[in-house]
Amino acid sequence: MRRLDALKAIYPRLEQSVVVTIMGAVAAELQSLGHRPGFFYLQHAMGLASSVGLGIALCRPELRVVVLDGDGSLLMNLGGLTTLARYRPRNLVHIVFDNESLLSVGGFPTATSTGSDLAGIAAASGVPHTTAVTTAADLSAALETAIAARELTTIVVKVDTHYEPPAGAAGFVTDLNLLENRFEFARFLKGREL
Amino acid sequence: MPVSVESSSIIYAALKANGVGLVSALPETWLVHLIRMAEEDDAMILVRLAKEEEGVGLSMGAHFAGVRSAMLMQNHGFLAAINGIVSGAQLYRMPLLMLISHRGEFGERDPWQTEGGGVTEHVLRALHIPYLLLESQDHVEHRIRKAIALSQSALRPVALLLCRDLMWED
Repeated sequence: MRRLDALKAIYPRLEQSVVVTIMGAVAAELQSLGHRPGFFYLQHAMGLASSVGLGIALCRPELRVVVLDGDGSLLMNLGGLTTLARYRPRNLVHIVFDNESLLSVGGFPTATSTGSDLAGIAAASGVPHTTAVTTAADLSAALETAIAARELTTIVVKVDTHYEPPAGAAGFVTDLNLLENRFEFARFLKGREL
Repeated sequence: MPVSVESSSIIYAALKANGVGLVSALPETWLVHLIRMAEEDDAMILVRLAKEEEGVGLSMGAHFAGVRSAMLMQNHGFLAAINGIVSGAQLYRMPLLMLISHRGEFGERDPWQTEGGGVTEHVLRALHIPYLLLESQDHVEHRIRKAIALSQSALRPVALLLCRDLMWED
């Protein structure tokens, strides 16, 4: 499955949520589907997207937060899974796109390519609900289940390593400035009550 | 344990008086009372971390959510958090209040703390992070207040070094 197709399947739900993504292809592809003021793309600080999401979720329990993580990023902050599990915010869904690759720096294989199981690591860390999916329909269903259950959920989504940059995102750089995104997102949350 | 309860109380009161609503922390001897005070305070969100760099992400999320935060860590935790500070807080112009227990300075008896103590201020300067030392109780309230004011207006990290003469009662 292409990650872009996975993102398309859940885009209507993302539009209704506060979304924090990692850098690279995930950020570029989500923007290609349509940027929203409730989307924040953490374009560096690898590993910390889940920590940013946790901060928002704990401070604003009325918001629904979706973190779009990746295998390379999550492997840089596996301890963060134990922190997520420890506080298990009910308003956070943690989606991990696993392409078994550090794509944006040249496609070097990560440890998930040799068998490390991120859903298993999340479950063993104490995340109350974890699942692994391989189709867009299953991802969509898993996200709906997670939202309805109101329990912290990690969904690992196996996606293709192959990547076609969306139009206007050569080298993963889009025309949305990092600080423009940061201030727009802060302003959006300031006025937001769900 | 000769960690000063009185100094810890003054620091905690200053954080509260200046609107801090979320504290992230990794345990360290000098911080035990501060962490306990945060834990016993129903109005404070305490997040115990696995590694200090997570705290930068937590503070970014808290800022987005409209909540002032503070990171409690040892200077080795600060050293462990640097990528997040640079490529998260500095890149995205985030206010970040770091309270760093300044181990490894004069009087340090633990050999393993001594390297970190010697480099902490140099690293803060290299990162252009404004900082002040908290060496006595009369430093605490106004320096915390001013540190938060600068961090919120500049939208940048600031640091306060919790020093031995404040934190430790020999």
